[in-house]
Amino acid sequence: MPEVRNYTLNFGPQHPAAHGVLRLVLELDGETVERADPHIGLLHRATEKLAETKPFNQSLPYMDRLDYVSMMCNEHAYCMAVEKLLGIEVPERGQYIRVMFDEITRILNHLMWLGSHALDVGAMTVFLYAFREREDLMDCYEAVSGARLHAAYYRPGGVYRDLPDTMPKYEKTKWRSDKDIRQLNATREGTLLDFIDDFTQRFPTHIDEYETLLTNNRIWRQRLVDIGIVSPERALQLGLTGPMLRGSGIEWDVRKKQPYETYHKVDFDIPVGINGDCYDRYLVRIEEMRQSNSIIKQCINWLRTNPGPVIVEDNKITPPKRTEMKEDMEALIHHFKLFSEGYCVPEGEVYAAIEHPKGEFGIYIISDGANKPYRLKIRAPGFAHLSAMNEMAKGHMLSDVVTIIGTQDIVFGEIDR
Amino acid sequence: MANYREELLNHLQEKLGQHLQSAKIAHREVTIEVVPGQLLAICKTLHDEFGFEQLVDLCGVDYSAYGQTDWDVKANDTGFSRGVHSDVHQENNSSPRYAVVYHLLSVKNNQRLRVRVFADGEYPRVDSMVNIWSSADWYEREAFDLFGILFEGHPDLRRILTDYGFIGHPFRKDFPISGHVEMRYDAEKKRVIYEPVSIEPRTLVPRTMRQDTQHTTES
Repeated sequence: MPEVRNYTLNFGPQHPAAHGVLRLVLELDGETVERADPHIGLLHRATEKLAETKPFNQSLPYMDRLDYVSMMCNEHAYCMAVEKLLGIEVPERGQYIRVMFDEITRILNHLMWLGSHALDVGAMTVFLYAFREREDLMDCYEAVSGARLHAAYYRPGGVYRDLPDTMPKYEKTKWRSDKDIRQLNATREGTLLDFIDDFTQRFPTHIDEYETLLTNNRIWRQRLVDIGIVSPERALQLGLTGPMLRGSGIEWDVRKKQPYETYHKVDFDIPVGINGDCYDRYLVRIEEMRQSNSIIKQCINWLRTNPGPVIVEDNKITPPKRTEMKEDMEALIHHFKLFSEGYCVPEGEVYAAIEHPKGEFGIYIISDGANKPYRLKIRAPGFAHLSAMNEMAKGHMLSDVVTIIGTQDIVFGEIDR
Repeated sequence: MANYREELLNHLQEKLGQHLQSAKIAHREVTIEVVPGQLLAICKTLHDEFGFEQLVDLCGVDYSAYGQTDWDVKANDTGFSRGVHSDVHQENNSSPRYAVVYHLLSVKNNQRLRVRVFADGEYPRVDSMVNIWSSADWYEREAFDLFGILFEGHPDLRRILTDYGFIGHPFRKDFPISGHVEMRYDAEKKRVIYEPVSIEPRTLVPRTMRQDTQHTTES
């Protein structure tokens, strides 16, 4: 009789379901996972060390590249940490814009997650639908910052500029008829707020479409229900945050419990799961998209009626307006100083946490009074989630590992930093 | 969320008073520094009695260059220095070089707490928190990898973020930003080889900035 041995399998580093460069060493007994040992760091860029060598305002674009599907939320945590150290308060309009774009980012992230998660599990259609809506939200990013992904729109002190009055429009090409152009540009005639408003009107029906495809889908449920169950106690022990924690039934949301910006002025609910399995986490995230949609609507209503500054008007911290620079010597000097040597931040240490789409994203800065952080630590939610992989995958089948990677919403930009 | 911080601080001082090196509130955050020998016991108390169920973050810090670098005014080839105002300069040769910082969260009480413990030596030793908070596992591996801090009692202290076979601890202040080795594929040997870095140190800012005398010291 042949000897029965456990089989070790390398999952990744290049695997379409690994969501990036994850090398997972799996010890299998037949098809059952005995031990999962994730090897990470293949995308390690030492963002924290790089930030130590750059003035505070120059590290901001690095934050976009951490979790590259929820760019503005990363920036938000960084800006909040610097603002806390500097002791400055963002103007209210700036805060509302941040809240609105945080929620747009949350929808962006959840759509990406939903699409890829469904694709991993075997549903192709949702991916295409999700990317259709992502396109509109990317256009919002583009309208406001000029970039579709790495926005660098939030700045310590507020946001880079006020919302634009026009949306970029599709232009005529030889592949598109006038009729197509008119159709494509139908929602883009007004301001950015009109465009987002229009999006929030139709988005709930789009969520219904995803739900029609998935929620009661027999295959989807067979693959997700009772997979990767985490009890509430273990979820806390393992450092899970965000939808992963709420899926296990713990009502914890930094936006609600320790509100930042204007989250205490908007109305929304925290969805929680019951069983703590992949299916509950799916439902939690779907409901979060609906809640985000409602937050965006509230922000639009406020932003329409309340003009004002969006960034602190202290030229020691934020750059002066272009027009001022053309005629004012002092403004020009401020601009030059700011973009060459930055600003000195008072000595101290802060930890600023936000409710990132994936969980609690925190930035811990130690400043020794220099124009560069002495130490910057990024608390990435995905890092803690992936460390729970072994516990979540144990005893499941090999194919369930893919589901668990999907449910954890893994993005290597933030895990490897 | 009333002002729980004062209350928490008083409670902590009452309960752990003799083991605390310092306890303060700054930027609306409570920070305590604990005696290294008592770390494990204190964390157990924080977990069991103060309700800090979650270890949100753990990170190493290398304090060896804290507040030491001043504005370099002479042209050098290491780049733009970390302009520290001279009044921050401290004689911190006596204090330990490394620290481990824990960020704790109590979901039940909606409180946050930062715990810092100092450690010294080439390979400082700190007690592992794995048995109190499971999430400490990877965080401690990370701190070991990046700073060379050894966590006693950790079941599996391997490197995590750096390459297999990496030498050194890259986040220490004496580790250069460009590293020591670079990797390339050697067509003759038909494999990937490591070589000493060939990157020349560059100055990344305009030369004029380093002639700025506004922040220089008297020397």
